[in-house]
Amino acid sequence: MNHDDRINQLLRQALPPVEANAESERDLWPVVLRRLDEDAAAARRATPQSVPWFDWALLGGLVVFAVSFPATIPVFLYYL
Amino acid sequence: MGRKGRRMPEGSSSVYANVLQQFRKGDLDAFETLFREHQRPVYGWILRIVRNAAAAEDLTVETFWRIHRAHERFQPELPFGPWARRIATRVALDWLRAQRPEVELTAEMTRALPSASVGDPGIAAEIRRKTALAFARLPPSLRAAAVLAVVEEQPHREIAAALGITVAAVKLRVFRAMRLLRKDLEKQGITP
Repeated sequence: MNHDDRINQLLRQALPPVEANAESERDLWPVVLRRLDEDAAAARRATPQSVPWFDWALLGGLVVFAVSFPATIPVFLYYL
Repeated sequence: MGRKGRRMPEGSSSVYANVLQQFRKGDLDAFETLFREHQRPVYGWILRIVRNAAAAEDLTVETFWRIHRAHERFQPELPFGPWARRIATRVALDWLRAQRPEVELTAEMTRALPSASVGDPGIAAEIRRKTALAFARLPPSLRAAAVLAVVEEQPHREIAAALGITVAAVKLRVFRAMRLLRKDLEKQGITP
């Protein structure tokens, strides 16, 4: 037996081969699903809530109105 | 989310091709079908590399999570198994790189695994322990190639595909691993 064969044998004895049909003892699908759900929830949290276009239009209209008629600003503030 | 995914043999059937197409579009049932079909080989492959059953389960989950994230990059005309195995190999190597070998690995390496055979009682337990320890000190990329080629006797072509390297590179890694292992054992007073 040459050196290579000897060291290969030593390694096989130290680390016995894994069975050909080795299988996880539990069903991992629920764990995968939970991981995907957590991932999706984290993505939702990370995404800033979008402002509807109507709100931006309303704000723009108010700004234009206030610039055009500055005297109305105290009236607006009074009613806020 | 139910269990609509079913196991089916990987072949050239149009049904399987459709599953692959649906998976690429992000369909969860198709993903479950592929998971059921490939869970065992992926787990077994990872176990062969990391040699730790609990870690292999976690890494199998991590692998399929990465597979799901990468579904748009999957090419349905190519087989799913080798693609999954490549991802599993990367996950396993990442795990090996994150471990402290002397502390974490040797005990798990040599026991509590579904081994095909027990160690030869003719070889002293102390020598086996030192060999496992020396092996755990090898760089992860060499360890993976060596354990798959020498211990698990996987075909070099499959190892090369999983590691994303050539067959010649696999042989070189195995050669380097065994040379380093021999030197380490010699330092410990064992002459193979």
